[in-house]
Amino acid sequence: MCPAPVSGWLSQDEIWKMNKNALDFAIKYGFLILLGGLALFFSIYASGFASPRSAVFILQSVAITGILALGVTCTLVVGGFDLSIGSVATSALMLSAYTMVILEQSAFVAVALCLIMGALVGLVNGLLIVKMRVPDLLATLGMMFLLIGLQRIPTQGNSIATGMSLENGSVAEGTFSAAFLWLGRHRFDLFLDRLVPVPVVVFLLIALLIWLFLGYTRHGRLMYAIGSNERAAGLVGTNVHRYKIVAYMISGMLASVGGILLAARLGRGDIASGNNLLLDSVAAALIGFAVLGAARPNAFGTAAGALFVGILLQGLTMMNAPYYMQDFVKGAVLVAALVFTFYLSSRRGGRRTA
Amino acid sequence: MQNVTCKLRGLEKSFGQNHVLKGIDLDLRSGEVTALMGANGAGKSTLVKVLCGYHFADSGDIELGGEPFSPTDAADAISKGVVTVHQSIDDGVIPDLDVATNLTLDRLTEPGVGLFVNDRKLRAKAREVAESMGLTMDVRMRVADLDVADRQMIAIARAMARSPKLLILDEPTSSLSSSEAERLFALIDRLRAEGVAILYISHRMSDIRRIADRIVTMRDGAISGLFETEPLDYVGAVNAMLGHQMTEVDIDPVQGGRPVLQIKNLKLFEDSRPIDFEAREGEIVAFTGLLGSGKTQLAEIIYGLSKPSGGSLLLDGKEYLPTGAGDAVLKGVFMSPKDRSVNAVVPDFDIANNMTVPFLGAFSRFSFLGDKAQRKATDDMIDRIGVVCQSNFDGIDTLSGGNQQKVMIGRWLLKASRILLLDEPFQGVDIGARRDIGRYIRQTAQNRTTLVFVAEIDEALEIADRIVVLNEAAIAGEYINKNIDLNSLVADVSGPGERLALAG
Repeated sequence: MCPAPVSGWLSQDEIWKMNKNALDFAIKYGFLILLGGLALFFSIYASGFASPRSAVFILQSVAITGILALGVTCTLVVGGFDLSIGSVATSALMLSAYTMVILEQSAFVAVALCLIMGALVGLVNGLLIVKMRVPDLLATLGMMFLLIGLQRIPTQGNSIATGMSLENGSVAEGTFSAAFLWLGRHRFDLFLDRLVPVPVVVFLLIALLIWLFLGYTRHGRLMYAIGSNERAAGLVGTNVHRYKIVAYMISGMLASVGGILLAARLGRGDIASGNNLLLDSVAAALIGFAVLGAARPNAFGTAAGALFVGILLQGLTMMNAPYYMQDFVKGAVLVAALVFTFYLSSRRGGRRTA
Repeated sequence: MQNVTCKLRGLEKSFGQNHVLKGIDLDLRSGEVTALMGANGAGKSTLVKVLCGYHFADSGDIELGGEPFSPTDAADAISKGVVTVHQSIDDGVIPDLDVATNLTLDRLTEPGVGLFVNDRKLRAKAREVAESMGLTMDVRMRVADLDVADRQMIAIARAMARSPKLLILDEPTSSLSSSEAERLFALIDRLRAEGVAILYISHRMSDIRRIADRIVTMRDGAISGLFETEPLDYVGAVNAMLGHQMTEVDIDPVQGGRPVLQIKNLKLFEDSRPIDFEAREGEIVAFTGLLGSGKTQLAEIIYGLSKPSGGSLLLDGKEYLPTGAGDAVLKGVFMSPKDRSVNAVVPDFDIANNMTVPFLGAFSRFSFLGDKAQRKATDDMIDRIGVVCQSNFDGIDTLSGGNQQKVMIGRWLLKASRILLLDEPFQGVDIGARRDIGRYIRQTAQNRTTLVFVAEIDEALEIADRIVVLNEAAIAGEYINKNIDLNSLVADVSGPGERLALAG
């Protein structure tokens, strides 16, 4: 132990420094500590929470949301926003079902079509924003409406399942192929038999890729530059338009990956699924701002944000909280995270405005 | 002895451990223009922000018109008669609203104003204000559609509309041409005659010579000099501000080697006269001229941001037609744009990433960034160009204006270029940083041609081997930077009418 200072008091500067360090620490690690604390709390008070199966269940519950959230993170990084992700996911869900059940095509064709559709939607979004100069929120809002409507047209608003009767009087004879269902239902062995489902693996893989892409490649760095000062990025020679379009294409494709996994889990083209996807994934991406004091979109934060919501809901459910509290809890977490990000960071940055 | 309008005693302000104002004592008298000079980071901006209610002083007293003055916020300061026109133009105007609303905006926030806006009355009032300022634009125009100089005049007109006791002007001429600046000075003269106390913050000696009744200099958060006896000791003021004697920059003009950039019959705009020009390897050419003389247009054409209306460009003897900034950079043509906070600074990035952002490709392998290489290159440049900072991890917005500009210029000196374009490289930069930047640009000029675009003749004289004067998008004169006939140069800048007047 060091002896206490003889004078027994700290100078103004030292107190200020301590406060600043404490604030910096809180901003940087507060969220992760909260996440750990939450997990610990539920482990103690909710029996069965601290088990591999439960952990995997949490991951599974956030995998699809998380994948969409990683896509929207890319658009947030370039200073945009993608409201169409939820409808792209449900469109992919319906498209894959339509391809296999009604057109009787293989799983490969279904997946390929969905990915192309997602990329195409992203391209159109990007072109609307970059070339037609439609503000991002409005362009993707329009696209959202368009897709919600479009996905209902081929089936007259019905869900798609094997055996459904078609307009021409015949019966749909195609089925979801086993290979496709594998995507949603197969579980890999990890210590325990049949533990980790494919969507969780896909989620973790995509999270890793987006994390590397945004954080460690020059393309990611330039995308952050665009988000921070688009003019400056353009004037150092960055092809701003191309990067923005690419961001929306990534977002569209990841959303369709989410839709494919959802379809594979459900095993039918359920018109009513995926209603919550947009809000949940946007929330995860925004909560991610608060992780590690980044105060900006980032892949690690997004994944952690999705997990945070997952852990909270799983824990509360296991402690018998009613299901209808879920949205309220998510909203509360989101608001808290936003306050955390914007208020605390602005206090830390306060000196800069001097 | 005039009345003291505003009296500051023992003003102190700290931001955390950063002691920014260390006991300021200052009297501002009515009917007097006090010029406040200080290098970036001396505490000028903080002093202004305390006066106009953005910050509270930690200790000390302010008196305004004999009453204690401690504004609770910006609106309070304005209503008590302290009006400020800030350096950044867009702080002073609301671009999406029309001129009339902008000119009368502060009245809308006054207590006791009715709920409904009477547009006709508003416009009449605005027209009155505009006319008194000598502004001629239609008050129904959107401010965003005006050019920079007019927007600046609107910001100042807004301040005037409040009939202030103390008017603070923070670098008001930084975006004005000299004729517009002269209009502003005429206004300041009038306000001075009306008994307003004016605090005028500027880096420009020409402004200060023209307008100041007395000069106060600040250094390191304290008043370092007070000059109020006629004639004002300008050299002494610069000394007090910088703490050491500035030697005049003495340029030994370089002839230059083979031509790097050749411009043939280039028409900047549809109806402008063609330009012919050659820039040689190793030389620095300064283009100077009034606002709107075509400087920026020329820079943008060479950097591929605008298309010329005619003529051709040759780079090292080969046809050069850049399709955009990216293409220009690939071909070795770099540009540091003017208005760094809008066009150059990436506010979320630290120094290293701001510095290396144009060349991330060179710092990465298979697209993966080499953080170490980035930071090493940045550290080298920080040393060479003299950026004052803790480390290359500092956020760019923790730096003072001069240091930010060093980073923005240093960015383009990391790699060798064929043509380096610098558009207003000394904007909002104190004299010390300006000399640092100028010196380093001259040191590194050998293997490229450097084109500098500046409105200030002083700045051109400080850096260039050759000075080209633009007037109405055409070349009006060309001078080797040795024993220049300044009268002739100024006449070229002002245009043919002026020259005739001089000749006659």
